[in-house]
Amino acid sequence: MGSDDRINDFVIKIATVNGTGSASANTLLMKSIFRSGIPVMGKNYFPSNIQGLPTWYEIRVSKDGYVARSGKVDIMVCMNAETYARDVRDVAAGGYLIYDSTWPRPALLKRDDVTVIGVPLARMCNEHFKGVRTRILMKNICYAGVLAALLDLDLERIRELLAETYAKKPALVESNMQAIQLGYDYARAHFSCPLPLRVARMDKTRGNIMIDGNTAAALGCVYAGATVAAWYPITPSTSLMDAFKSFADKLRIDPQTGKANFAFIQAEDELAAIGMVLGANWNGARSFTATSGPGVSLMGEFLGLAYYAEIPAVLFDVQRVGPSTGMPTRTQQCDVLAAAYASHGDTKHVCLYPANPEECFYMAVQAFDLAERLQTPVLVLLDLDIGMNDWMCRDLQWDDNYQPDRGKVLGKEDLEKIDKFYRYLDKDEDGITYRTFPGVHPKGAYFTRGSGHTQLGTYTEDSAEYQLVLDRLLRKFTTAKRYVPKPVIEGTGAAKAAIVSIGSCDGAVHEALDVLKARGVQLDYLRIRAFPFSEEVEKFLADHEVLYVVEQNRDAQLRSLLTLESRVEKSKLRSLLHYSGLPVSSKFIVDGVLADLGEGRRAVAGVVS
Amino acid sequence: MTFIPKPKISHPSLPRNELGLTRRDYEGALSTLCAGCGHDSITAGIIEACWGISVRPENLVKLSGIGCSSKTTAYFVSGGHGFNSVHGRMPSIAMGANAANRDLYYIGISGDGDSLSIGLGQFCHAIRRNVNMLYIIENNGVYGLTKGQFSASADIGSKAKKGEVNQQPPIDPVLLAMNLGAGFVARSFSGDKAQLVPLIQAGLKYPGFALIDVLSPCVTFNDHEGSTKSYAFTRENYEPVVEADFVPKQREITADYAEGEAMSVMLHDGSRVLLRKLAADYDPTDAHASYDYVQQHIAQGEYLTGLLHCRPTVATEFHALNRTPEQPLNQLPFSALNPGSRQLEKLMARYR
Repeated sequence: MGSDDRINDFVIKIATVNGTGSASANTLLMKSIFRSGIPVMGKNYFPSNIQGLPTWYEIRVSKDGYVARSGKVDIMVCMNAETYARDVRDVAAGGYLIYDSTWPRPALLKRDDVTVIGVPLARMCNEHFKGVRTRILMKNICYAGVLAALLDLDLERIRELLAETYAKKPALVESNMQAIQLGYDYARAHFSCPLPLRVARMDKTRGNIMIDGNTAAALGCVYAGATVAAWYPITPSTSLMDAFKSFADKLRIDPQTGKANFAFIQAEDELAAIGMVLGANWNGARSFTATSGPGVSLMGEFLGLAYYAEIPAVLFDVQRVGPSTGMPTRTQQCDVLAAAYASHGDTKHVCLYPANPEECFYMAVQAFDLAERLQTPVLVLLDLDIGMNDWMCRDLQWDDNYQPDRGKVLGKEDLEKIDKFYRYLDKDEDGITYRTFPGVHPKGAYFTRGSGHTQLGTYTEDSAEYQLVLDRLLRKFTTAKRYVPKPVIEGTGAAKAAIVSIGSCDGAVHEALDVLKARGVQLDYLRIRAFPFSEEVEKFLADHEVLYVVEQNRDAQLRSLLTLESRVEKSKLRSLLHYSGLPVSSKFIVDGVLADLGEGRRAVAGVVS
Repeated sequence: MTFIPKPKISHPSLPRNELGLTRRDYEGALSTLCAGCGHDSITAGIIEACWGISVRPENLVKLSGIGCSSKTTAYFVSGGHGFNSVHGRMPSIAMGANAANRDLYYIGISGDGDSLSIGLGQFCHAIRRNVNMLYIIENNGVYGLTKGQFSASADIGSKAKKGEVNQQPPIDPVLLAMNLGAGFVARSFSGDKAQLVPLIQAGLKYPGFALIDVLSPCVTFNDHEGSTKSYAFTRENYEPVVEADFVPKQREITADYAEGEAMSVMLHDGSRVLLRKLAADYDPTDAHASYDYVQQHIAQGEYLTGLLHCRPTVATEFHALNRTPEQPLNQLPFSALNPGSRQLEKLMARYR
């Protein structure tokens, strides 16, 4: 082992054309590394298109378990002539460039500071496989074979993964394995294998899974007992609903009767989707939808109704790049404000900010409990990075003692005992009133409306009566602070400066904290997990002098929300804003903090990496 | 103010239904619509219909959007559960509520603005999904609450109160619903209670989407000369073409109908709709024939009323297609919904 060896610590980026089967090859590579016990991250940067446009996949092998982008590429696999020039530029000095040597490589793109590895992938596949489509697909599997040789991946593990993937089509296992072997043998015969950058078996993935947040959230909905799912297709949230359907088709079919213990409704638009969710929740079924920014905009009016009429709802907003249609297949955290204040009038909504797929699962369940406890919509803000990329996280666990918190619901016996039921009367003085479901008891009837109403549930245009209800809703929002997930606070508590962040920034922040510490900069860390902000958040903000707010949008939306909804002094908040559409890297945060510290009190903003 | 509580005093000799309830028990708050509004007659028809078939008030879900018509859900069956939602979006609330509990009666009250303009999409898709509900459009060709603009049901040549003549073609909810495959499509007139009440009863019992388009003149903004939605015009140009009787399952059919003239459509609980044709060349149980017949008459300026089309669609009703259990989804025990920790452990294998 030479001193240059970088075992289990490097980044591979693969440039391909979408619709050419590269996803299978990339997943194969990532999973075989994961199964070798080595922490790994895989991120897909794909176009809003089905076939023919450039796509990249980034695999980070990280013995230290970092799950974010590092901001550097060590091995670039160039399979797309269209992006070749920029792919060549992106490789770090001392890195490797793998390309298809079937055709000559333009000399002008020569780089002396990287090792170039040419493999005649197309030629080999043309010689060994028949049919245009097969040849294209196999060319991509073939580069996985080349990487297997260069990185010292276990071929048996690859075979095992192929066998699982193609359990129903054994012929495909053989042809894929043949393509792997072609690349593998060529690399072994022509280059010194393995490279100094390579993998070596570890035992750091036991008890972990690789799962995407949309799948985990969908599983959470199944476990929370959601029965009505209504939605309108929109990237990047669609796979959440697909996953729910697929789990429900397996886990929610009554074995005796064959009946489906759920309803899955593809709506005509997002307005209808949220309307159905409200109708179902109003009628006592746990119901949810998933959407993205444009959908949240469309759902605004109904969200205001749900807030004012106090109807539970769970909405997953898998954020993508805005404004407008933006870049639908790229990631951002740009709906923080839109979600918190969705709809006209004085409305605000409970929001949850999961940081990874594991938290998506648990927060999905919490979201239903909160929605019913607080009788209000709960918006769970994922983003494309969490929602659609596979993240390594701990096995999901379930406590069989869990019972759903249905909140304050009066059943038949309760109604039998009372004299008269008033829907919006604050009997417990916590801002949360009692509700009933249709068909339960004659005394439970009431009228739900989005127009002005009194605490007794009747229509009003009387100022005092209107204000009584509106003020009580604000008290309810204060009560919500006690129920929402507490923030995660890390560090010694002694540092004067800290990082404040939400959601998917978490992985990059953790790595940045370690890097900064190694450079002598010790920071505390507050990861906010919910809006409204709890007392723990307030205290942390008060206890620190400088707060670097890391978030993935242009307008510092989390910072804005903090200045509006917490007691923090505005001047303490410094923004580190990443909004390129790619997930934030640890390097971006390190550079941002160091630049700010180096240049005194100047706020750092808008640097794109 | 659109909510005035009504004093609850009823005479002991008022007739009682199977539940022991009087018509007064099916009333709601006092209407705040203009005196003479057609909508109030429809409200009275709903009260009569619900009382007549002994609907348990707490089992009635009353849904609406925004507009004069949508206000009326507060004016009948105060013991039912009302939901006055947002403009044009009542069908989605109805769909969600119905998905959660298939055991209740769902009645949606809408208007021509609410259903044919802002809510046209949701109206159409509720029909496509065959949601088990009665959908009443209180159709007056005009936006009342915003003071007299034409709606999408206004006929070409119809004159607004201030003299403007409508030049855009109307959307006819009856033809639209037939086109989209609705199995129960009726047209009626707010002034014809004898026709309306059995239609409402049959619509409530029909297992699927039932539409009644009720011509309901707006006395304030659309009841003048030159309007095609006025009382006078409606009385003159609307013609019953088929009579419908609702026959509860316990009751024998006693009326004497000539052979070939009466048709009976069975509903899921054993009750029936009995159709008596007034025109020999018309088959209201055939979707294509009904459509053609109604359309041809409209072209001649004749507006046919009655249960214009009725055929069983129980196989495509939302819950039938989705294979949901008899027990409403909102009443399934948590144990039937949660797969448990061992299942989760098994699932984890997929993600390694």
